[in-house]
Amino acid sequence: MILSDSDLQAVWLTLRLAGVVTLILLLLGTPIAWWLARTRGWWKGPVGAVVALPLVLPPSVLGFYLLLAMGPEGPFGHFTQALGLGLLPFTFWGLVVASAFYSLPFMVQPLQAAFESIGDRPLEAAATLRASPLDAFFTVAVPLALPGFLTAGILTFAHTVGEFGVVLMIGGNLPGVTRVASVQIYDHVEALEYAEAHHLAGAMLIFSFLVLLGLYAWRPNPRG
Amino acid sequence: MPYRIIRIIRLLALSASLLAESAHAEKITIAAAADLKFAMDEIVADFLKSSPADEIDVVYGSSGKFDTQIRQGAPFDLFFSADIAFPRELEKEGLAASEVKPYAVGRIVLWSASMDAGRMTLESLADPKISRIAIANPQHAPYGKRAEEALRNSGLWEKIEPKLVYGENIANTAQFVQTGNAQVGIIALSLAVNPALASRGGYWLIPDKLHEPLEQGYIVTRRAEGNKLARRFADYMGGKAARNVMTKYGFLLPGETAGR
Repeated sequence: MILSDSDLQAVWLTLRLAGVVTLILLLLGTPIAWWLARTRGWWKGPVGAVVALPLVLPPSVLGFYLLLAMGPEGPFGHFTQALGLGLLPFTFWGLVVASAFYSLPFMVQPLQAAFESIGDRPLEAAATLRASPLDAFFTVAVPLALPGFLTAGILTFAHTVGEFGVVLMIGGNLPGVTRVASVQIYDHVEALEYAEAHHLAGAMLIFSFLVLLGLYAWRPNPRG
Repeated sequence: MPYRIIRIIRLLALSASLLAESAHAEKITIAAAADLKFAMDEIVADFLKSSPADEIDVVYGSSGKFDTQIRQGAPFDLFFSADIAFPRELEKEGLAASEVKPYAVGRIVLWSASMDAGRMTLESLADPKISRIAIANPQHAPYGKRAEEALRNSGLWEKIEPKLVYGENIANTAQFVQTGNAQVGIIALSLAVNPALASRGGYWLIPDKLHEPLEQGYIVTRRAEGNKLARRFADYMGGKAARNVMTKYGFLLPGETAGR
Protein backbone atom coordinates (compact mmCIF):
# COMPACT_ATOMS: atom_id res chain seq x y z
CA MET A 1 0.00 0.00 0.00
CA ILE A 2 1.25 3.46 -0.87
CA LEU A 3 -1.07 5.58 1.22
CA SER A 4 0.23 8.82 2.70
CA ASP A 5 -0.22 9.74 6.36
CA SER A 6 -3.12 12.03 5.53
CA ASP A 7 -4.76 9.24 3.51
CA LEU A 8 -4.41 6.84 6.44
CA GLN A 9 -5.79 9.50 8.77
CA ALA A 10 -8.81 9.87 6.47
CA VAL A 11 -9.30 6.08 6.33
CA TRP A 12 -9.08 5.74 10.11
CA LEU A 13 -11.53 8.62 10.58
CA THR A 14 -13.93 7.01 8.09
CA LEU A 15 -13.82 3.66 9.91
CA ARG A 16 -14.34 5.38 13.27
CA LEU A 17 -17.30 7.36 11.93
CA ALA A 18 -18.88 4.27 10.37
CA GLY A 19 -18.35 2.28 13.57
CA VAL A 20 -19.91 4.90 15.84
CA VAL A 21 -22.85 5.43 13.48
CA THR A 22 -23.48 1.68 13.24
CA LEU A 23 -23.52 1.32 17.04
CA ILE A 24 -25.84 4.30 17.51
CA LEU A 25 -28.19 3.10 14.80
CA LEU A 26 -28.27 -0.40 16.29
CA LEU A 27 -29.61 1.18 19.47
CA LEU A 28 -32.01 3.61 17.75
CA GLY A 29 -32.96 1.55 14.73
CA THR A 30 -33.86 -1.67 16.52
CA PRO A 31 -36.87 -0.30 18.46
CA ILE A 32 -38.05 1.58 15.36
CA ALA A 33 -37.78 -1.55 13.23
CA TRP A 34 -39.49 -3.65 15.91
CA TRP A 35 -42.35 -1.20 16.19
CA LEU A 36 -42.71 -0.98 12.39
CA ALA A 37 -42.76 -4.77 12.16
CA ARG A 38 -45.35 -5.27 14.91
CA THR A 39 -47.70 -2.30 14.68
CA ARG A 40 -50.93 -2.25 12.75
CA GLY A 41 -51.60 1.43 13.48
CA TRP A 42 -51.99 4.06 10.80
CA TRP A 43 -48.70 5.65 11.88
CA LYS A 44 -46.83 2.78 10.30
CA GLY A 45 -47.09 4.33 6.82
CA PRO A 46 -45.82 7.84 7.65
CA VAL A 47 -43.02 6.57 9.93
CA GLY A 48 -41.90 4.02 7.35
CA ALA A 49 -41.87 6.74 4.70
CA VAL A 50 -39.78 9.10 6.87
CA VAL A 51 -37.30 6.31 7.60
CA ALA A 52 -36.96 5.62 3.86
CA LEU A 53 -36.55 9.29 2.87
CA PRO A 54 -32.73 9.30 2.83
CA LEU A 55 -32.88 6.55 0.17
CA VAL A 56 -34.40 8.95 -2.33
CA LEU A 57 -33.35 12.42 -1.13
CA PRO A 58 -30.26 13.86 -2.81
CA PRO A 59 -27.43 14.36 -0.27
CA SER A 60 -27.49 18.04 -1.22
CA VAL A 61 -31.02 18.37 0.19
CA LEU A 62 -30.08 16.59 3.40
CA GLY A 63 -26.82 18.56 3.68
CA PHE A 64 -28.55 21.88 3.05
CA TYR A 65 -31.23 21.33 5.71
CA LEU A 66 -28.72 19.95 8.20
CA LEU A 67 -26.43 22.96 7.70
CA LEU A 68 -29.36 25.32 8.36
CA ALA A 69 -30.85 23.27 11.21
CA MET A 70 -27.54 22.78 13.01
CA GLY A 71 -26.44 26.42 12.51
CA PRO A 72 -26.72 29.15 15.17
CA GLU A 73 -30.17 30.18 13.85
CA GLY A 74 -31.48 26.64 13.40
CA PRO A 75 -33.66 24.70 15.86
CA PHE A 76 -31.12 21.95 16.32
CA GLY A 77 -28.37 24.55 16.72
CA HIS A 78 -30.37 26.29 19.48
CA PHE A 79 -30.78 22.93 21.17
CA THR A 80 -27.09 21.93 21.08
CA GLN A 81 -26.06 25.41 22.22
CA ALA A 82 -28.52 25.31 25.12
CA LEU A 83 -26.98 21.99 26.16
CA GLY A 84 -23.56 23.65 26.08
CA LEU A 85 -22.38 21.44 23.22
CA GLY A 86 -21.81 24.33 20.82
CA LEU A 87 -22.55 24.00 17.13
CA LEU A 88 -22.29 20.68 15.35
CA PRO A 89 -21.23 21.57 11.78
CA PHE A 90 -17.50 21.04 11.19
CA THR A 91 -17.29 18.54 14.07
CA PHE A 92 -17.00 14.75 14.23
CA TRP A 93 -20.28 14.51 16.15
CA GLY A 94 -21.96 16.67 13.54
CA LEU A 95 -20.98 14.06 10.97
CA VAL A 96 -22.25 11.31 13.27
CA VAL A 97 -25.68 12.98 13.53
CA ALA A 98 -25.82 13.60 9.76
CA SER A 99 -24.71 10.05 8.97
CA ALA A 100 -27.24 8.60 11.39
CA PHE A 101 -30.00 10.28 9.37
CA TYR A 102 -28.39 9.33 6.12
CA SER A 103 -27.92 5.63 6.96
CA LEU A 104 -31.11 5.11 8.98
CA PRO A 105 -33.00 3.10 6.30
CA PHE A 106 -30.03 0.77 5.86
CA MET A 107 -30.38 -0.25 9.50
CA VAL A 108 -34.15 -0.19 9.90
CA GLN A 109 -35.32 -1.87 6.71
CA PRO A 110 -33.34 -5.16 6.95
CA LEU A 111 -34.21 -5.39 10.66
CA GLN A 112 -37.88 -4.76 9.99
CA ALA A 113 -37.89 -7.48 7.33
CA ALA A 114 -36.16 -9.88 9.74
CA PHE A 115 -38.64 -9.16 12.55
CA GLU A 116 -41.59 -9.52 10.21
CA SER A 117 -40.37 -12.88 8.95
CA ILE A 118 -40.39 -14.26 12.52
CA GLY A 119 -44.17 -13.98 12.62
CA ASP A 120 -46.41 -14.08 15.69
CA ARG A 121 -46.17 -17.75 16.63
CA PRO A 122 -42.73 -17.90 18.31
CA LEU A 123 -43.68 -14.86 20.39
CA GLU A 124 -47.07 -16.34 21.32
CA ALA A 125 -45.29 -19.52 22.36
CA ALA A 126 -42.93 -17.46 24.51
CA ALA A 127 -45.91 -15.68 26.07
CA THR A 128 -47.59 -18.98 27.00
CA LEU A 129 -44.32 -19.88 28.76
CA ARG A 130 -44.82 -16.68 30.75
CA ALA A 131 -41.97 -14.76 29.18
CA SER A 132 -42.43 -11.00 29.49
CA PRO A 133 -42.49 -9.08 26.16
CA LEU A 134 -38.98 -7.73 26.84
CA ASP A 135 -37.77 -11.20 27.76
CA ALA A 136 -39.34 -12.64 24.61
CA PHE A 137 -37.73 -9.94 22.52
CA PHE A 138 -34.22 -10.73 23.74
CA THR A 139 -34.49 -14.51 24.04
CA VAL A 140 -36.68 -15.24 21.00
CA ALA A 141 -36.82 -12.37 18.51
CA VAL A 142 -33.17 -11.26 18.60
CA PRO A 143 -31.66 -14.73 18.10
CA LEU A 144 -34.12 -15.47 15.29
CA ALA A 145 -33.37 -12.11 13.65
CA LEU A 146 -29.62 -12.43 14.03
CA PRO A 147 -28.97 -12.69 10.26
CA GLY A 148 -31.02 -9.50 9.86
CA PHE A 149 -28.88 -7.75 12.47
CA LEU A 150 -25.71 -8.75 10.63
CA THR A 151 -27.04 -7.60 7.28
CA ALA A 152 -28.28 -4.31 8.74
CA GLY A 153 -25.01 -3.67 10.58
CA ILE A 154 -22.83 -4.37 7.56
CA LEU A 155 -24.99 -2.32 5.18
CA THR A 156 -25.09 0.62 7.61
CA PHE A 157 -21.33 0.51 8.09
CA ALA A 158 -20.62 0.26 4.37
CA HIS A 159 -23.12 2.95 3.45
CA THR A 160 -21.60 5.37 5.98
CA VAL A 161 -18.14 4.67 4.56
CA GLY A 162 -19.53 5.62 1.15
CA GLU A 163 -21.03 8.90 2.29
CA PHE A 164 -19.83 12.01 0.45
CA GLY A 165 -22.27 14.78 -0.42
CA VAL A 166 -23.58 15.45 3.08
CA VAL A 167 -20.08 15.43 4.55
CA LEU A 168 -18.89 17.91 1.93
CA MET A 169 -21.73 20.28 2.81
CA ILE A 170 -21.45 20.26 6.60
CA GLY A 171 -17.95 18.93 7.26
CA GLY A 172 -15.65 21.84 6.43
CA ASN A 173 -12.94 19.38 5.34
CA LEU A 174 -10.92 19.32 8.59
CA PRO A 175 -8.09 16.76 8.62
CA GLY A 176 -8.68 14.07 11.24
CA VAL A 177 -12.08 15.55 12.16
CA THR A 178 -14.31 15.65 9.10
CA ARG A 179 -12.06 14.85 6.14
CA VAL A 180 -13.25 11.30 5.42
CA ALA A 181 -11.80 9.07 2.72
CA SER A 182 -14.37 9.99 0.06
CA VAL A 183 -13.64 13.72 0.53
CA GLN A 184 -9.89 13.04 0.53
CA ILE A 185 -10.26 11.30 -2.86
CA TYR A 186 -12.30 14.22 -4.19
CA ASP A 187 -9.59 16.66 -3.08
CA HIS A 188 -6.89 14.58 -4.75
CA VAL A 189 -8.86 14.57 -8.02
CA GLU A 190 -9.56 18.31 -7.81
CA ALA A 191 -5.87 19.01 -7.25
CA LEU A 192 -5.10 16.77 -10.27
CA GLU A 193 -3.20 14.33 -8.00
CA TYR A 194 -4.45 11.32 -9.91
CA ALA A 195 -1.88 8.84 -8.59
CA GLU A 196 -2.85 9.57 -4.98
CA ALA A 197 -6.51 9.45 -5.91
CA HIS A 198 -5.99 6.03 -7.53
CA HIS A 199 -4.41 4.52 -4.43
CA LEU A 200 -7.18 5.55 -2.08
CA ALA A 201 -9.98 5.02 -4.58
CA GLY A 202 -8.63 1.55 -5.39
CA ALA A 203 -8.53 0.70 -1.69
CA MET A 204 -12.15 1.84 -1.31
CA LEU A 205 -13.22 -0.23 -4.30
CA ILE A 206 -11.60 -3.39 -2.95
CA PHE A 207 -12.98 -2.78 0.54
CA SER A 208 -16.53 -2.26 -0.73
CA PHE A 209 -16.37 -5.31 -2.95
CA LEU A 210 -15.09 -7.53 -0.13
CA VAL A 211 -17.78 -6.29 2.27
CA LEU A 212 -20.54 -7.01 -0.23
CA LEU A 213 -18.99 -10.31 -1.26
CA GLY A 214 -18.92 -11.36 2.39
CA LEU A 215 -22.51 -10.30 2.79
CA TYR A 216 -23.84 -12.15 -0.25
CA ALA A 217 -21.65 -15.24 0.13
CA TRP A 218 -22.60 -15.59 3.77
CA ARG A 219 -26.32 -14.79 3.48
CA PRO A 220 -28.20 -18.07 3.82
CA ASN A 221 -30.74 -19.01 1.20
CA PRO A 222 -33.99 -17.43 2.39
CA ARG A 223 -35.94 -20.57 1.47
CA GLY A 224 -33.42 -23.00 2.93
CA MET B 1 -31.22 -9.17 -39.93
CA PRO B 2 -28.21 -7.53 -38.24
CA TYR B 3 -27.79 -5.44 -41.36
CA ARG B 4 -31.30 -4.10 -40.97
CA ILE B 5 -30.70 -3.24 -37.36
CA ILE B 6 -27.55 -1.37 -38.30
CA ARG B 7 -29.49 0.54 -40.94
CA ILE B 8 -32.16 1.51 -38.44
CA ILE B 9 -29.56 2.66 -35.95
CA ARG B 10 -27.85 4.72 -38.64
CA LEU B 11 -31.13 6.28 -39.61
CA LEU B 12 -31.91 7.13 -35.98
CA ALA B 13 -28.47 8.62 -35.45
CA LEU B 14 -28.77 10.68 -38.58
CA SER B 15 -32.19 12.05 -37.70
CA ALA B 16 -31.04 12.78 -34.14
CA SER B 17 -28.07 14.77 -35.40
CA LEU B 18 -30.23 16.60 -37.92
CA LEU B 19 -32.73 17.48 -35.21
CA ALA B 20 -29.97 18.74 -32.98
CA GLU B 21 -28.53 20.84 -35.79
CA SER B 22 -31.76 22.40 -36.91
CA ALA B 23 -33.28 23.07 -33.50
CA HIS B 24 -30.25 24.91 -32.10
CA ALA B 25 -28.07 26.06 -34.91
CA GLU B 26 -26.31 28.29 -32.37
CA LYS B 27 -26.00 26.92 -28.90
CA ILE B 28 -23.01 26.84 -26.60
CA THR B 29 -22.24 25.70 -23.08
CA ILE B 30 -19.89 27.70 -20.89
CA ALA B 31 -18.00 26.36 -17.90
CA ALA B 32 -17.39 29.23 -15.48
CA ALA B 33 -15.69 29.50 -12.09
CA ALA B 34 -18.10 29.81 -9.16
CA ASP B 35 -17.01 33.40 -8.40
CA LEU B 36 -18.42 34.49 -11.77
CA LYS B 37 -21.96 33.40 -10.89
CA PHE B 38 -23.58 36.84 -10.72
CA ALA B 39 -21.41 38.69 -13.23
CA MET B 40 -21.64 36.01 -15.92
CA ASP B 41 -25.42 35.69 -15.58
CA GLU B 42 -25.72 39.38 -16.38
CA ILE B 43 -23.19 39.35 -19.22
CA VAL B 44 -24.92 36.41 -20.89
CA ALA B 45 -28.32 38.06 -20.51
CA ASP B 46 -26.96 41.29 -22.07
CA PHE B 47 -25.34 39.35 -24.91
CA LEU B 48 -28.53 37.46 -25.71
CA LYS B 49 -30.51 40.71 -25.93
CA SER B 50 -28.73 41.48 -29.19
CA SER B 51 -28.93 37.91 -30.51
CA PRO B 52 -32.09 36.40 -29.00
CA ALA B 53 -32.12 33.34 -31.29
CA ASP B 54 -28.98 31.94 -29.69
CA GLU B 55 -28.85 29.80 -26.64
CA ILE B 56 -26.15 29.86 -23.97
CA ASP B 57 -25.98 27.54 -21.00
CA VAL B 58 -23.61 28.38 -18.16
CA VAL B 59 -22.37 25.79 -15.69
CA TYR B 60 -20.72 27.11 -12.51
CA GLY B 61 -18.25 25.15 -10.44
CA SER B 62 -14.64 24.85 -9.39
CA SER B 63 -12.00 25.55 -12.01
CA GLY B 64 -9.96 22.46 -11.19
CA LYS B 65 -12.97 20.22 -11.75
CA PHE B 66 -13.73 21.83 -15.11
CA ASP B 67 -10.10 21.39 -16.12
CA THR B 68 -10.36 17.65 -15.41
CA GLN B 69 -13.69 17.39 -17.17
CA ILE B 70 -12.48 19.19 -20.32
CA ARG B 71 -9.52 16.81 -20.49
CA GLN B 72 -12.05 13.97 -20.40
CA GLY B 73 -14.02 15.45 -23.28
CA ALA B 74 -16.73 17.37 -21.43
CA PRO B 75 -19.04 19.31 -23.80
CA PHE B 76 -17.92 22.83 -22.81
CA ASP B 77 -17.30 25.37 -25.57
CA LEU B 78 -15.75 28.08 -23.42
CA PHE B 79 -13.92 27.79 -20.13
CA PHE B 80 -13.65 30.74 -17.73
CA SER B 81 -11.19 29.76 -15.03
CA ALA B 82 -10.61 31.50 -11.71
CA ASP B 83 -6.92 30.66 -12.15
CA ILE B 84 -5.34 31.36 -15.51
CA ALA B 85 -2.95 28.44 -14.96
CA PHE B 86 -5.66 25.90 -15.85
CA PRO B 87 -6.49 27.24 -19.36
CA ARG B 88 -2.75 27.75 -19.98
CA GLU B 89 -2.14 24.07 -19.29
CA LEU B 90 -5.04 23.11 -21.58
CA GLU B 91 -3.65 25.30 -24.34
CA LYS B 92 -0.23 23.71 -23.97
CA GLU B 93 -1.80 20.32 -24.44
CA GLY B 94 -3.65 21.37 -27.57
CA LEU B 95 -7.09 21.44 -25.97
CA ALA B 96 -7.77 25.10 -26.76
CA ALA B 97 -9.05 26.63 -30.00
CA SER B 98 -8.03 30.16 -29.01
CA GLU B 99 -5.20 31.80 -27.17
CA VAL B 100 -5.58 32.21 -23.41
CA LYS B 101 -7.14 35.59 -22.70
CA PRO B 102 -7.07 37.20 -19.27
CA TYR B 103 -10.50 38.60 -18.40
CA ALA B 104 -10.23 39.75 -14.80
CA VAL B 105 -8.21 39.88 -11.63
CA GLY B 106 -10.07 38.63 -8.58
CA ARG B 107 -9.91 40.16 -5.12
CA ILE B 108 -10.52 38.54 -1.74
CA VAL B 109 -12.38 40.08 1.18
CA LEU B 110 -13.21 39.34 4.77
CA TRP B 111 -16.94 38.88 5.02
CA SER B 112 -19.29 38.16 7.88
CA ALA B 113 -23.05 37.74 8.08
CA SER B 114 -23.28 38.56 11.78
CA MET B 115 -20.54 41.13 12.42
CA ASP B 116 -19.47 44.32 10.68
CA ALA B 117 -16.54 42.95 8.70
CA GLY B 118 -16.00 46.46 7.30
CA ARG B 119 -14.33 47.37 10.60
CA MET B 120 -12.17 44.28 10.74
CA THR B 121 -8.68 43.55 9.53
CA LEU B 122 -6.93 40.22 9.23
CA GLU B 123 -5.60 40.75 12.79
CA SER B 124 -9.19 40.68 14.09
CA LEU B 125 -9.36 37.00 13.13
CA ALA B 126 -7.11 36.16 16.06
CA ASP B 127 -9.84 37.40 18.45
CA PRO B 128 -10.91 34.47 20.67
CA LYS B 129 -14.55 35.44 20.11
CA ILE B 130 -14.15 34.22 16.56
CA SER B 131 -14.05 30.44 16.64
CA ARG B 132 -14.71 29.46 13.02
CA ILE B 133 -13.28 31.04 9.87
CA ALA B 134 -14.17 29.71 6.44
CA ILE B 135 -11.83 29.78 3.47
CA ALA B 136 -11.94 27.83 0.21
CA ASN B 137 -9.81 24.70 0.11
CA PRO B 138 -6.25 25.94 -0.62
CA GLN B 139 -5.36 22.54 -2.05
CA HIS B 140 -7.28 23.19 -5.26
CA ALA B 141 -9.45 26.35 -5.07
CA PRO B 142 -7.66 29.47 -6.39
CA TYR B 143 -9.37 31.78 -3.86
CA GLY B 144 -8.37 29.42 -1.06
CA LYS B 145 -4.73 29.54 -2.16
CA ARG B 146 -4.76 33.35 -2.09
CA ALA B 147 -6.49 33.38 1.31
CA GLU B 148 -3.77 31.14 2.71
CA GLU B 149 -1.06 33.36 1.22
CA ALA B 150 -2.62 36.48 2.74
CA LEU B 151 -2.79 34.84 6.17
CA ARG B 152 0.77 33.55 5.93
CA ASN B 153 2.18 36.84 4.67
CA SER B 154 0.58 38.73 7.54
CA GLY B 155 2.09 36.24 9.97
CA LEU B 156 -1.29 35.03 11.22
CA TRP B 157 -1.45 31.54 9.73
CA GLU B 158 -0.24 29.60 12.79
CA LYS B 159 -2.63 31.43 15.10
CA ILE B 160 -5.62 31.12 12.82
CA GLU B 161 -5.21 27.72 11.22
CA PRO B 162 -6.93 25.80 14.08
CA LYS B 163 -10.08 27.87 13.49
CA LEU B 164 -10.23 27.32 9.74
CA VAL B 165 -12.88 25.29 7.96
CA TYR B 166 -12.58 24.62 4.25
CA GLY B 167 -15.25 25.09 1.61
CA GLU B 168 -15.23 23.00 -1.54
CA ASN B 169 -15.31 26.15 -3.66
CA ILE B 170 -15.76 29.85 -3.01
CA ALA B 171 -19.58 29.74 -3.16
CA ASN B 172 -19.67 26.87 -0.67
CA THR B 173 -17.34 28.91 1.58
CA ALA B 174 -19.76 31.85 1.44
CA GLN B 175 -22.61 29.48 2.47
CA PHE B 176 -20.73 28.47 5.61
CA VAL B 177 -20.59 32.16 6.57
CA GLN B 178 -24.09 33.04 5.39
CA THR B 179 -25.65 30.30 7.53
CA GLY B 180 -23.66 31.55 10.53
CA ASN B 181 -21.80 28.29 10.96
CA ALA B 182 -18.57 30.23 10.48
CA GLN B 183 -18.57 33.79 11.87
CA VAL B 184 -16.18 35.11 9.24
CA GLY B 185 -14.94 33.97 5.88
CA ILE B 186 -12.50 34.96 3.19
CA ILE B 187 -14.50 35.03 -0.02
CA ALA B 188 -14.42 36.61 -3.47
CA LEU B 189 -15.22 40.31 -3.66
CA SER B 190 -17.48 39.45 -6.61
CA LEU B 191 -19.69 37.44 -4.24
CA ALA B 192 -19.56 39.92 -1.35
CA VAL B 193 -20.88 42.80 -3.48
CA ASN B 194 -23.90 40.76 -4.54
CA PRO B 195 -27.07 42.20 -2.94
CA ALA B 196 -27.93 38.90 -1.25
CA LEU B 197 -24.69 39.03 0.73
CA ALA B 198 -23.94 42.77 0.73
CA SER B 199 -27.09 43.49 2.78
CA ARG B 200 -25.54 41.65 5.72
CA GLY B 201 -22.46 42.36 7.77
CA GLY B 202 -20.29 44.18 5.25
CA TYR B 203 -16.84 43.29 3.97
CA TRP B 204 -13.22 44.37 4.23
CA LEU B 205 -11.00 44.30 1.15
CA ILE B 206 -7.80 42.37 1.81
CA PRO B 207 -4.81 44.33 0.41
CA ASP B 208 -3.66 42.60 -2.74
CA LYS B 209 -0.01 43.09 -1.84
CA LEU B 210 -0.54 40.25 0.66
CA HIS B 211 -1.08 37.60 -2.00
CA GLU B 212 -0.23 36.62 -5.55
CA PRO B 213 -2.64 38.10 -8.09
CA LEU B 214 -5.75 36.06 -8.83
CA GLU B 215 -5.31 36.23 -12.56
CA GLN B 216 -8.30 34.77 -14.34
CA GLY B 217 -8.37 33.65 -17.94
CA TYR B 218 -10.54 31.96 -20.53
CA ILE B 219 -10.26 29.91 -23.68
CA VAL B 220 -12.47 28.62 -26.44
CA THR B 221 -12.05 24.85 -26.16
CA ARG B 222 -10.86 22.69 -29.03
CA ARG B 223 -14.33 21.19 -29.24
CA ALA B 224 -15.75 24.60 -30.26
CA GLU B 225 -13.20 25.16 -33.03
CA GLY B 226 -15.07 26.91 -35.83
CA ASN B 227 -18.14 27.52 -33.65
CA LYS B 228 -19.22 31.06 -34.54
CA LEU B 229 -21.29 31.72 -31.43
CA ALA B 230 -18.40 30.67 -29.18
CA ARG B 231 -16.10 33.00 -31.06
CA ARG B 232 -18.60 35.86 -30.90
CA PHE B 233 -19.08 35.44 -27.18
CA ALA B 234 -15.33 35.27 -26.62
CA ASP B 235 -14.97 38.59 -28.46
CA TYR B 236 -17.89 40.09 -26.54
CA MET B 237 -16.09 39.30 -23.25
CA GLY B 238 -13.24 41.59 -24.32
CA GLY B 239 -15.64 44.45 -25.21
CA LYS B 240 -16.65 47.47 -23.19
CA ALA B 241 -20.11 46.23 -22.14
CA ALA B 242 -18.83 43.02 -20.60
CA ARG B 243 -15.90 44.79 -18.97
CA ASN B 244 -18.28 47.26 -17.32
CA VAL B 245 -20.29 44.43 -15.82
CA MET B 246 -17.12 42.78 -14.53
CA THR B 247 -16.09 46.05 -12.85
CA LYS B 248 -19.54 46.41 -11.34
CA TYR B 249 -19.17 43.00 -9.70
CA GLY B 250 -15.86 43.80 -8.07
CA PHE B 251 -13.36 42.42 -10.54
CA LEU B 252 -10.29 44.38 -11.55
CA LEU B 253 -9.72 44.31 -15.29
CA PRO B 254 -6.50 42.92 -16.73
CA GLY B 255 -5.34 46.40 -17.85
CA GLU B 256 -5.77 47.81 -14.36
CA THR B 257 -3.38 45.55 -12.50
CA ALA B 258 -0.55 48.04 -12.61
CA GLY B 259 -1.41 49.51 -9.22
CA ARG B 260 -1.04 46.18 -7.49
